[in-house]
Amino acid sequence: MSEPTAVKRRSLMTRLHLRERMRDRDQAIYGILILGALVFPLATLFITGGSTAYIAQAAHAGTWVLLAIGLNVVVGFAGLLDLGYAAFFAIGAYTYALFASSQLGSSPLHHSFHFPFWLMLILGMIVAATFGALLGFPTLRLRGDYLAIVTLGFGEIVPVISYNLPDWTGGINAIGGIDKPWFPAWITGPWAGANSISIQQDSVCRNPFAQTQFIPCFSFGFDQVAYYVLIVILIFGAVILVTNLYRSRLGRAWMAIREDEVAAAAMGINTVTTKLLAFAIGASFSGFAGAYYGASFGLVSPDDFLFVVSITVLVMVVLGGMGNISGVIVGALVIYFILNTLLPSLASNAVSLANTLGLGSIVASNGTYPGLYNEVQYSQFLIFGLILVLIMLLRPQGLFPSRIREQELKHAAVQEEGSAVEEGVRV
Amino acid sequence: MSLHIKRGEVFALIGPNGAGKTTLFNNVTGLFQPTAGRVVFDGRDITGSKPHQVARLGIARTFQNIRLFDYMTCLDNVRVGRHVRMHAKLWDSLFKLPRERREEEKVTDEAMELLRFVGIAKQANHYARNLPYGQQRRLEIARALATDPKLLLLDEPAAGFTPQEKVELMALVKKILTRGITVFLIEHDMKVVMGISERIVVLDHGEKIAEGPPDEVRKDVKVIEAYLGKSA
Amino acid sequence: MSLIDFLFYIICAAAVILLAAQAVINPTAFVQITVFGLADGAMYALVALGYTMVYGIIELINFAHGDVFTLGGYISAAILGFFAINEESFSVINLVAILLVFPVVMLIMGGINITIERIAYRPLRNAPRLAPLITAIGMSFVLEGIMFLWHGPASVHFPDILPHGLGYQTTIAGVFVTFKDGFVMATAIVLVTLLAIFINRTKLGKAMRATAQDRDAAQLMGIDINRTIAATFFIGALLAGAGGMIWGLYFNNLFYNLGFRTGLVAFTSAVFGGIGNIPGAAIGGVLIGLIAAYSDSYINSKWTEVVIFGILIGVLVFRPTGLLGMRVPEK
Repeated sequence: MSEPTAVKRRSLMTRLHLRERMRDRDQAIYGILILGALVFPLATLFITGGSTAYIAQAAHAGTWVLLAIGLNVVVGFAGLLDLGYAAFFAIGAYTYALFASSQLGSSPLHHSFHFPFWLMLILGMIVAATFGALLGFPTLRLRGDYLAIVTLGFGEIVPVISYNLPDWTGGINAIGGIDKPWFPAWITGPWAGANSISIQQDSVCRNPFAQTQFIPCFSFGFDQVAYYVLIVILIFGAVILVTNLYRSRLGRAWMAIREDEVAAAAMGINTVTTKLLAFAIGASFSGFAGAYYGASFGLVSPDDFLFVVSITVLVMVVLGGMGNISGVIVGALVIYFILNTLLPSLASNAVSLANTLGLGSIVASNGTYPGLYNEVQYSQFLIFGLILVLIMLLRPQGLFPSRIREQELKHAAVQEEGSAVEEGVRV
Repeated sequence: MSLHIKRGEVFALIGPNGAGKTTLFNNVTGLFQPTAGRVVFDGRDITGSKPHQVARLGIARTFQNIRLFDYMTCLDNVRVGRHVRMHAKLWDSLFKLPRERREEEKVTDEAMELLRFVGIAKQANHYARNLPYGQQRRLEIARALATDPKLLLLDEPAAGFTPQEKVELMALVKKILTRGITVFLIEHDMKVVMGISERIVVLDHGEKIAEGPPDEVRKDVKVIEAYLGKSA
Repeated sequence: MSLIDFLFYIICAAAVILLAAQAVINPTAFVQITVFGLADGAMYALVALGYTMVYGIIELINFAHGDVFTLGGYISAAILGFFAINEESFSVINLVAILLVFPVVMLIMGGINITIERIAYRPLRNAPRLAPLITAIGMSFVLEGIMFLWHGPASVHFPDILPHGLGYQTTIAGVFVTFKDGFVMATAIVLVTLLAIFINRTKLGKAMRATAQDRDAAQLMGIDINRTIAATFFIGALLAGAGGMIWGLYFNNLFYNLGFRTGLVAFTSAVFGGIGNIPGAAIGGVLIGLIAAYSDSYINSKWTEVVIFGILIGVLVFRPTGLLGMRVPEK
């Protein structure tokens, strides 16, 4: 990032060492994350002998990272609770799926669109932000908790609508055959050479201006490495933009509103538009992630946007450390790992562990006992719940809180001690 | 009842608890909508304006029970005060355009200058919450000054101060005056009020019972009965 | 604001007129639907009360509450298994079993909920506001996980021991009414009345109301905050446990994540009646039950969820404090 030069230019800030002191830990986390993002695909390719399954997983995890970064703007920066974040994810995904597949051809519209991914990425963002603004406008005047409830309601409505309008959204059958991202063949890059490292040359890409014409292009196809590179670039960009916002006039206004809305208003901050901006920007990230999701997965179904998704993203944000971008990324990766790797593999791991320990008797099912595999499989919910409760109890401020939250907690602890002492004296 | 505050003076509003002093501040700054009456500032009717509009027009305030942004640094608290005079748009911030960088630099310098002005520059990167009480009051004044006000409303700025701190506060108010800012304060401490204000209005049960320079008000029989008499 | 009020009344009037038209066209069907709606609504009300009480006192959306309700159903089904109940026809043993299991399951759920509060919420009382929300979500997963582990993903049969069958149903002017419908409504009314008496007449009830108003002031007045909050969770769970058992008795089947949707609907009811407002939650529950029933019949059951949550959003936009409007103090 360009930050070091910026700091140098600000003589005063350098003298205070303010920014540096605040961020040293976070910079270490970013360093590890960037290194991990570079090494991970090479390492897995090497270890698995060329299998891209892990890379596909990592790219999928990237979608969640994007979502968490976006929700962090709403929840962590501005202190607004959004319980229906998945709705905007759905809006982004459907925007892409509808306008980049044959779906609308079989809808009452009888005309399908195949707009290119890059355009739709921006459009999905704009559409989601618009919905965010429309939803936020009447509700942001109200107390914070009402926003949570309205977003919860909205989050419930959106997937139900997509289930119920199969003519348009394919309903439960989902929208499939979604276009892949592509570059026109005249754009050369690492993918263009012979034995290109990733993207395949294809000839099924539609001219954005004349939809019936096909032009030669490099399509992402099902190349997982390409998606991985794309999501890493998207996340990198998102982190820079959000960090810029965080350290700007707007970021300070968000924090001020989070701390004390009345005082913020008295200092000349228009609290309604500032909150609306946080809400819309958060929604736009979700829409952005949705468009990517639609393209990389190739299938958009209402099942992907249920309340659980909103809750999972919220858990990632709070658990990672609200307000701290690097912490939130780590939180997203940790939760993704638990949900998609640790828990599903738990059952087979338990069985093999029992077998090696010579406890074969508990593996097999008998009578009402469903067998170790099923037993562990069934306890996934329980284990995930326990993990959430435990982490929150041990680190209520999240894994990597922003320094602000850390101070708050220490302060609360000191206060408690203080009051305990007072009570002791009184007794 | 009506009050007129002249440009460049220190105007004090005193009165027993519950006389309606803070309510008046809240009405002026748009926190509450007045049920009747008008607020005119700089020849402009601002009755019913939103708080942020009032701030933009040049009225800043502090709060009786300090309302800082607790978990932001002192520097950031003051920079929030600058918000209303900044011009960076969403795009400027998003892409850190040169315009925005220059503005941020300028605002940081201005904020530091203000912290120095109130005497807490050393604490610039402490969290507002961790400051001692007296410094929190100063920080709140610095934050209000950052909005470039024409009129500064101070709600009991000396509450809970030691005599030494009160003297410092009076000096600070005099310094603020030299910046061309009109000061309107609510205060219980008579020494402070008499020491710095040029004109005093005494409020009792929402009614004005006296108005004039400190020496006159001090001698006013009604005031002594209603207020000073009781407390003395 | 007046325009918004005007819009609100227009929308309400339109809904009432449409319903009235349906009532005129086919009064029998309308009353029939109303009966179903009231029975459902009574159960929503019981769950909604727990949400509203907990929110009123610690401003926590207790996501685990819906699962406490379901667990109440699971546990009562298990205890009923110990009795020689007769599902074919009503017997004295059935009556004894119901009368015994009701208080037992309510107390068990109360105990469980107090434990949950002690473990997952109390240590976080001074933590950032969202921390207890996450542990509530975690506890919801834990409870669902326990039920999943207990009976697996399939739905669980709840013994059909209320009087049912030909002898216990009747048709009044074409409206089909069963004993169960009456039972559900009567039990809910009794429980809500008891709760109202408790809240308004007892010292603990007063302490709860005081704590909800202003925790610090209540503490200064000598109210034991921890005890009061625990009592709130206890009472909320009593009602939810009873609700779970009633649900089982009425529908005769339960599944592990029943509490998720029921919880959301009940929470909506609480908001509908004005969150933090106890009579509001009861009325909100009944209204949501009715709205759901009308929507099922006159619109389409697949749109009911959209209708309910659409109304939720509408209420918050037009009547931010709920229908019975209680302004929750800014804290």
